[in-house]
Amino acid sequence: MAEAMKIRAHMQGDIAEIKVLILHPMETGQRKDAQGEPIPIHFIKQVTATLNGKVVLDAQWSQGIAKNPFLGFKIKGAKAGDKVSVTWSDNKGEANSIETTVTASGSV
Amino acid sequence: MQSAAAIAAAFVSGLIKPSGLWAAAWNKPAFEARALADVLKGIGATDATPSSDITIKAPDLAENGARVQIEVTSRIPGTRSMAIIAEKNPFPLIASFEFSNGAEAFISTYIKMGESANVRAVVNAEGKIYTTAKEVRVTIGGCGA
Repeated sequence: MAEAMKIRAHMQGDIAEIKVLILHPMETGQRKDAQGEPIPIHFIKQVTATLNGKVVLDAQWSQGIAKNPFLGFKIKGAKAGDKVSVTWSDNKGEANSIETTVTASGSV
Repeated sequence: MQSAAAIAAAFVSGLIKPSGLWAAAWNKPAFEARALADVLKGIGATDATPSSDITIKAPDLAENGARVQIEVTSRIPGTRSMAIIAEKNPFPLIASFEFSNGAEAFISTYIKMGESANVRAVVNAEGKIYTTAKEVRVTIGGCGA
């Protein structure tokens, strides 16, 4: 699962901009495979983001979020060096998380 | 992660109100609703006030409904949560988000759209419910994707 998430966090003024990419099929349960068998529904239900361990974003998703989900959000009052962590869990009980450090304005 | 027992205790003590956008657990009735009216009921948004202080940035025309970029911003003071709905999807409720500890009332993501429809955002700001919508025309529906 090491390659299954990516995260970037950098300051824009006094706001940290966070961008997260999750590799996940987000199957709707409405598709069929090559043999005509239904592909079981498989989607991320909950995503939680923290700043230095405190929850900043609590998300509930449906299968209507696009495959390989992207999530962008912003945290006011964060600063370079802060830790941002994002955790997801899906309807099969799979889960993953990633952490990064907020970088200063202008850095990538 | 909160344990189920901790969440249950919070319910009992009244810290978490088990209604509308504030549901702590995955909002099964709202997410599994097929009718828009049932979704709005499920998130406590049957009486939402239209607001121009919510902005939905989305394409007027999306060629591929499997991946439609949207950004929602609320400038309503005290915005605590936000729901995103694709009104004509088989299951219209796409996602809901709760903001705390400095998170801005802003979300950027990609959604699936089965056909041309309004994308609707519903916001809870200090207990009052506001909404806005933007029409997105879809060339190839994305629910089979």
